Order: sequence, then C-alpha cells, then structure tokens
Amino acid sequence: MSRSRRAKLQVFRVVTFVLLGAFFLGPIWFMFEFSTRGIGENSPRTLDAWKAIGTYPDLVAGIVASLQLAVITSIGVLVVLVPTMVWVRLRLPRLRRVIESISLLPLTIPAIVLVVGFSPMYQWMGTNFSDSILTLSLAYAILVLPYAYRALDAGLAAIDVKTLSEAARSLGADWFTVMLRVIVPNISSALLNAGLLSVALVLGEYTIANNLLYPNLQVEIVSLARTNAGVSIAVAVASLLFAFLLLVALSFVGGQRGGRRRNRERLVQTFARDFSGGTR
Amino acid sequence: MTASVEATLRSGVEVRLEDLRRRYAGVTALDGLSLTMAPGELVCLLGPSGCGKTTALRLLAGLEEADGGRVLIGGEDVTNVPANKREIGMVFQAYSLFPHMTAMQNVAFGMQLHKVGPAERRKRAGDMLELVGLSAHAHKYASQLSGGQQQRVALARALAIEPKVLLLDEPLSALDARVRARLRDEIRRVQLEVGTTTLFVTHDQEEALAIADRVGVMNAGRIEQLGPPTTIYSRPATPFVAEFVGLTNRLPGVVKGGEVEVRGTRLPLVKPDSADGEAIALVRPEAVTLASDGDMMPGPLVGTVIATVFLGATSRVTVDLGDITVLAQLPTSDAVALTAGTRVRLSLRKDPVLIARDEKASAEA
Repeated sequence: MSRSRRAKLQVFRVVTFVLLGAFFLGPIWFMFEFSTRGIGENSPRTLDAWKAIGTYPDLVAGIVASLQLAVITSIGVLVVLVPTMVWVRLRLPRLRRVIESISLLPLTIPAIVLVVGFSPMYQWMGTNFSDSILTLSLAYAILVLPYAYRALDAGLAAIDVKTLSEAARSLGADWFTVMLRVIVPNISSALLNAGLLSVALVLGEYTIANNLLYPNLQVEIVSLARTNAGVSIAVAVASLLFAFLLLVALSFVGGQRGGRRRNRERLVQTFARDFSGGTR
Repeated sequence: MTASVEATLRSGVEVRLEDLRRRYAGVTALDGLSLTMAPGELVCLLGPSGCGKTTALRLLAGLEEADGGRVLIGGEDVTNVPANKREIGMVFQAYSLFPHMTAMQNVAFGMQLHKVGPAERRKRAGDMLELVGLSAHAHKYASQLSGGQQQRVALARALAIEPKVLLLDEPLSALDARVRARLRDEIRRVQLEVGTTTLFVTHDQEEALAIADRVGVMNAGRIEQLGPPTTIYSRPATPFVAEFVGLTNRLPGVVKGGEVEVRGTRLPLVKPDSADGEAIALVRPEAVTLASDGDMMPGPLVGTVIATVFLGATSRVTVDLGDITVLAQLPTSDAVALTAGTRVRLSLRKDPVLIARDEKASAEA
C-alpha cells in the first residue's frame, strides 16, 4: 500500500471515529449537562440531582431489582444453554440448526409482541406462584437468548468439544466433571461475553417490564421523569455509563482472547520451526 | 524404569470382541466383528476409510453403543459399562490435551479422578512424562508443544491411570513423516515396557506392519485376515488384503489345473482348487525381475522402462508392456542402468499367487 493511500485511510479512520464518538457521546454529554443544571437561569452547576438519587426509595428498589434480574438472568441462561449446546454438539449435531434457529427467534419478534405472549403466563404466575419482579428473569432469559447463544457458539466452535470430552470420559470423568473441569474452563471468555451481554440487555430493558407492570430500573426512570427530570436523567446517564463500562470490559476480554490466540499462533510457528530444525 | 512406572506396569488382560454389530443410518459399519487379543498384545486394525476400524475401537472404549455383540475385558462383560468406568486409556487422532492445563496437569487429571493422592499423583505424572521423554516440558501448555510432543503427553496421560487396555486411534496421522516414524517406534517401546494390551487403529499399512504383534485387515465391517505382519504381507488370504497391503500388479491370466498362466509363465496358486477360467493374478513388485541384456525380440514379457523411482535401498521400476504396465521392485544397484526407454525382459518369480476374477469377463459371462 502506498504511503499516500495509507495516510488517507488513517484520516478516514480518525474522522469516522470522531463522528461516531460525537454521535454516541453527544447525547450522553447533553444529558449530563441537563442533570447538572441549577434551578434558575444563571444558577451555577450543581450535582444535587445526582446526590438525590438515593432519596427515592422506588428508584433504589428499581435499581436493586434490575441488578438482581441481571444476575439471575445471566446465570440462568448460562446454566441452561451451556449443557444444552454441548449436548447438541456431541449427541444431536443434526439438531444444531434447529436449536440455533429457535435461539435466534427472539431477535425477530418485537418486544411488544413478546409481551402479548407473556401476559397470560404472568397473570397465571402472579395468581398461582409469585408476583415478584424477579419472575421477569424468565422473560428476560428468552430476550437475551440470541446474544448468549451467539457468544457461546463462538466459544464452543473454538475448541474440539467432542475430542476433549471423550478424552476426559476415557480418563474416568463423569459428564458433570467433563462440563465443569474441561468444557467450562476452555470457554470462559465466551461465558463472560454471554454474561456481560445479558447484564447490559437486562439493565436497559423497558418495554416488557412496563407492559407487565413490573417496576424495574428503566420503568422507574421514566416514572421519575414526570416529577423530577434532573434525577431521572442523572440515573439514565449512570445506567448508560454502567452498561458502557460493561461493554468496554467485554471488548477488553475479547481483545485478550485475540492476544492469546496470536500468542498461540506465534508459539505454533516457533515449534514448527524448531521441529523442522531437528528437535524432537 | 522407575518404581512408579513399574507400579503402572500391569500384566495385560485378554480382550474379546464378540460378533460386534453397528449400523449408522442404514449403513453397516461393523458386520459381526470378532477379535481376541492376548494379554499384553498389540493388535493393529488396518483398513481403508469407512471399513469400521474406528467404530470397533470406539465400541471397545464405550464411546458408542453396539447394536449387537459383546465386549469382554479381562473376562468381564463390559458391553453396557459407560466409558468412564471401563479403565481404558485412549490416545486420539486429533490433539486432545486439555488446553487450560499444563502437560503435568493433563497427565495427573485422570489419576485425580481415580482418587490417587497429590504426592503420588505428582510423582507418577513426572515418571510418565519421563517415560515419554518430556520431563523438560512438564509445565508447558498444549499450545506450547509440537504435535508430536502433544501426542506423547496424551500417551503418558492415557497410561498414567494404569488402564487395562490402551486404545490408539490413528494417533500419528496428523504428524509429518519423520516425526511419525520416530513416535511410532516410541509407542511400541513404551507399550512393550508397560505391557498393556493395546489396540491400534490406522489406515497406514507401513505403520501397522512395523508396530503390531498381529494385524487385522478390515473391509466392509469385518476382519478379512488377522495374523502376524509377515503373514499378512507374504501370504494374503484374500485379493482385498493382497491389494490393500503393499503394492500389487494386476496381471490378466488364465487359471487351469491349479495354476495361472500369465503371459506365457505358469504360476502356482495360493488356492489351487480355484475354478478354471480367466482371472487376474496378483503379483508383488518384488516377484518381478528385469533383465536388460540378451534377446530383446518382441514378446509378451518384453517392454520398455517408463520410470524409475529411487526409494533408498530399493528402486521401483515401471515397465510398459504395450497393453499393461508392470511394477518391479529391485535393489537400487540393479536398477541404476534402467533409465527410461531401456528395453527389458521381465520374469515372474514362481511364488504362489492369489487371483481376482476379471470383473469385465465376469460381467460379460
């Protein structure tokens, strides 16, 4: 590639980065600006709205509930999905496409349509089982399924599940040991990716909770906006930053994986060279 | 041999596969396979892709279930025993070391599952790595080991649990030729040292003939011939075995009175009671000799050299007889003068030969 072409490409990259950064960070900046305005036209900047977050019990309850939902949903999805996906790869490979299609289905169904389907189920659960907000984790598990599936599928594709599990079985491992000590440690990055994606999705979910009348974080933010817009915006900025930090952590994990893979490739090349040079 | 490896050494057990049957979606993979392995014996199952050799090994390992038949290890029927309870060590074709563990941890993994104490585990894992010559690499991960080293760690890992039977599923096929030959010898050395009854599956005839006490040549889900490597090579029982093991010339001839006449030469038959008629005589290249001096008048066994391939101590010469080509394997010293274009006279050594029926002639009949 010529030097001028490389320079042009570099300029294009910087411009794209700046424009997209402004597009994403601009609204957050203006939200932050709004949340720090004082009362009155020439009032100085204040963090009163941010300090007031803890004084709204419903909002705090919504934050706690959303965090609990995020943890329960992430763990629940991983516990169900990982053994299922491993089993399908090992024993029912012909069903893989079917499972993939089913797992990706929620992507194609609008949240409001999902609510229509969930509504009678939650009415029944509210009457016969529990009306706790934590039951929302069932609906959220379906919502995050496509993202978790994709992340785990990539992780499982990177290892030879069949050979590793058969090797472990031949050494005396039962299926639980195979999962816990052989498969899980080798897809840890994929598990973390799936978990973080699930957390980010659950923290930002509004439609299902609102329509099923469960007050999660996003529902409380909207509700608060009617009485105190400053606090509402402050919480929204905080939750956006939290999700943003999660995604940064995720990309960091992804970067580490890439780094490890590069290390591995480098090592393979080194050994291939050693080998051809007369080592054992 | 260290004390710990000696502890690992156990007198091998007898292994019997009785009338094993397995079908996949209408395709027969094993069609009543039976095999008895003596204690401490190394048997190679040799055959082309899809002949059922890996299926037989996987049924013995318990990684698949048989549709019929029995598997007995040390006299005990283990047909319905799950893989993790069969006390079998296995080395796979694909690299199977656990990537998140070091070589030492890989070797110790099975012992941990077998409730071997930490100190004993470490000691025995170290001894096993020493046995396969990888003590210096004990703390490396799989990604830091070459293919050959990974397979040696896998062998140490399989032996560390003191298995009743060792199963090797084409463990050398992913390696380059030089490493493969070296590791093949090493596997045999270790197997003789620990004395474990071993089943080795391969499609590489050279590998099978070099390493095995007995070779079972498989075709279409059955063992066509089982015997020592020398017998398999020099006295093949069926045309399939003759053609699969080693190179074979297919020379048209006519069977008559317990002999087959090939281009004017009468050769004895392995099965003298074969019916008279047209047939294909299967003649090994080393049973063909060449002469480039004397009378070169056109005749049924006079032809032209079209290629000479140097193989080291021997060379393979391809001769065009006009209607067919014939391979001859000669000492390189005799083949030096046989360059392309040289006129030569062939003679066929009068060893007993197998025949295959001429498919074209049979179809016409």
